[in-house]
Amino acid sequence: MGLLDLPFLKRTAGAFRLRGGVHPETRKYLSKNAAIEKMPMPKLLRVPLQQHIGAEAVPMVERDDYVLKGQLIGKARGMVSANVHAPTSGKVISVGPFAAPHPSGLPVTTVTIRPDGEDKWGPRLSRMHPEDASPKEIANRVMEAGIVGMGGATFPSSVKLGLGAKYDLHTLIINAAECEPYLTCDERLLRERTEEVADGTAIMAKALGVKKVIIAIETNKPEAIADMRHHTLQMGPGGEVRPVPTLYPMGSEKHLVQTVLGLETPARALTAELGVVVHNAATAQAVHKAVRYSEPLLSRVVTVSGRGVNRPANVEVLIGTPVSDLIDHCGGLHGEPDRLLLGGPMMGLPIRSLRVPIVKGSNGVLALTHGETRRKQAMPCIRCGSCVSACPCGLLPMEMNARIQSDNLEEAVDAGLMDCVACGSCSFICPSNIPLVQSFNYAKGRLAAKESRKHQQEETKRLAAARTARQEAIAAAKKAAMAKRKAEQAAKKKKQAEAAAAKKKAAEEAAAASAAASAEPSAPSSSQPVEADT
Amino acid sequence: MIAAVLTMALMGLVLGVILGIAAKVFYVETPPIVDDLEAVLPGTNCGQCGFPGCRGAAEAVAAEAAPVTLCPPGGKDVIVQLAEIAGVDVPQGGGGDSKEEPDPLVAFIFEDHCTGCTKCYKRCPTDAIVGAAKQIHTVITDACTGCDACVEVCPTKAILLRPKPKTLRNWHWPKPGSVYEDAA
Repeated sequence: MGLLDLPFLKRTAGAFRLRGGVHPETRKYLSKNAAIEKMPMPKLLRVPLQQHIGAEAVPMVERDDYVLKGQLIGKARGMVSANVHAPTSGKVISVGPFAAPHPSGLPVTTVTIRPDGEDKWGPRLSRMHPEDASPKEIANRVMEAGIVGMGGATFPSSVKLGLGAKYDLHTLIINAAECEPYLTCDERLLRERTEEVADGTAIMAKALGVKKVIIAIETNKPEAIADMRHHTLQMGPGGEVRPVPTLYPMGSEKHLVQTVLGLETPARALTAELGVVVHNAATAQAVHKAVRYSEPLLSRVVTVSGRGVNRPANVEVLIGTPVSDLIDHCGGLHGEPDRLLLGGPMMGLPIRSLRVPIVKGSNGVLALTHGETRRKQAMPCIRCGSCVSACPCGLLPMEMNARIQSDNLEEAVDAGLMDCVACGSCSFICPSNIPLVQSFNYAKGRLAAKESRKHQQEETKRLAAARTARQEAIAAAKKAAMAKRKAEQAAKKKKQAEAAAAKKKAAEEAAAASAAASAEPSAPSSSQPVEADT
Repeated sequence: MIAAVLTMALMGLVLGVILGIAAKVFYVETPPIVDDLEAVLPGTNCGQCGFPGCRGAAEAVAAEAAPVTLCPPGGKDVIVQLAEIAGVDVPQGGGGDSKEEPDPLVAFIFEDHCTGCTKCYKRCPTDAIVGAAKQIHTVITDACTGCDACVEVCPTKAILLRPKPKTLRNWHWPKPGSVYEDAA
């Protein structure tokens, strides 16, 4: 028992064990061997100003403006936000709400550009030598270039690169696990642009100030592992390629850290607290472009796959390309797909319309047929416990679901709802087809709405109090002004009365004097005015 | 004259003492929960409940003269908190425990009809309306409680209450159908 628990024995197995997880059919063969192709310029580009977690970017252009490739069209608002750049040169034909690539289809402020076909570069960011640059300069450049986590979470990368100042970091893990079925964009990137990814990784390691760099790749990508191994030296002496077991959700940040280093991240803590930062492989390539060539994030590699697509492919597309154009480039749809997804089949977002654009976080466009979605009727829970053994976070999905179904959200939180990473393993494994992860997503949304309502209630109280205070202040000021005026008027009146009295007195005295003078003509200077005594 | 002054002063003194004693003897205790209830209410004194201000509403709830569902701008959270303090059950159906609570309402100004009279913006208890004389007014939806006060004062009927617009920030997934409903 004691011997088996020794870490080095576990290490011989290649990696530490992960709790739970599932093995969905990967179906990566559909697009695995399709080399990355460039897409011709679409007729319109719709670039949303919110493609990241955090605050929406501030629009920097107006309708009818002419923009150049790489020009800043949306400026980051606050710390957790990201810049947005024009993907090509052309005319801005509108700045306004347009459907977001989101299951709700709600509008988001979008800059629509009609490309002029010349693809003319605007002024580039200043030249930079990563070898001489300080970590802060690199993080700054990543911020300027508008780079966000390209694995799908879209968290601004510069914030994550600045973690070195706050935490004592020792390892950078490049997440190239790509555990979602169908997706092959990161794999193609590792195979075709190995050098760029390796260089970007080295730059990020420098920004973070870490010595150890591990590229984690699932064992089902032997070619990518082999190619990457040729470039480990480029990542510095601490570089290493680590194959990790093919298991969903290996690409989840915390689970990857646990698999690679054997360190378990505490609930609701950051991996940075353990000294580890995880970045996506595509992000590394974007950092390489931004730092070496001063190019902001203008395009990304997207996997178009699923049996509903005629020609599955990996395409490098400009940010803002409509999904419909991308699908047309891949031979169009093969009949009516059962479901259209942005992202992978496990965690991707269903979209309603094909008109929505590709954004920085879209790693795949999937058109799934009926045979692939296996939508089935939900049945009662038989308490088999499959979801419990599949949950990589060690939660009890069936228990949480029962509480959510009876509207006991607080009890669901007690059962660990907030530790759920929404990987969908439970829904995948459930023999009764119960929509478990869907119900957790709903509950999390409800709780967030509740929280914001509570916040709004407090705000309302504050506003009402502020208004009352202001009105009282105005009333007091009015009263004071009135009192002052009254006092002034009283003073004026008094002065006038006194002046009148003095005049009267003077007149009387003058009259008396003149009377005296008439009686006694030799009286001196009696005709002079008499000053009123005050 | 001295006699008159003395009489009035004496009368004042005597009556004052009587009033003072009466106030002590016939003191009406405010239930202490009134303060608690008032703290829960939004405090905008919008008057939608029909009582004079939030204090009046709190007294009515404490006296069980009004249901805990009396405050439309407060929404479900206020209902639940009021019910907890007042020690009554959250009413079923009427916005209480219903699965889908109605969307909160916010004011909306038809700009074509707005004359810029500033009446609504003076009346708004949370300063949620911005505007100036002879300028079109507008509503800050994040600050609006949907209290109806502005709708009443608008001379051109340019304001109405609409459900709060859904945005990407406040959208969340709907509740998946329960186990048996999904039969398609």
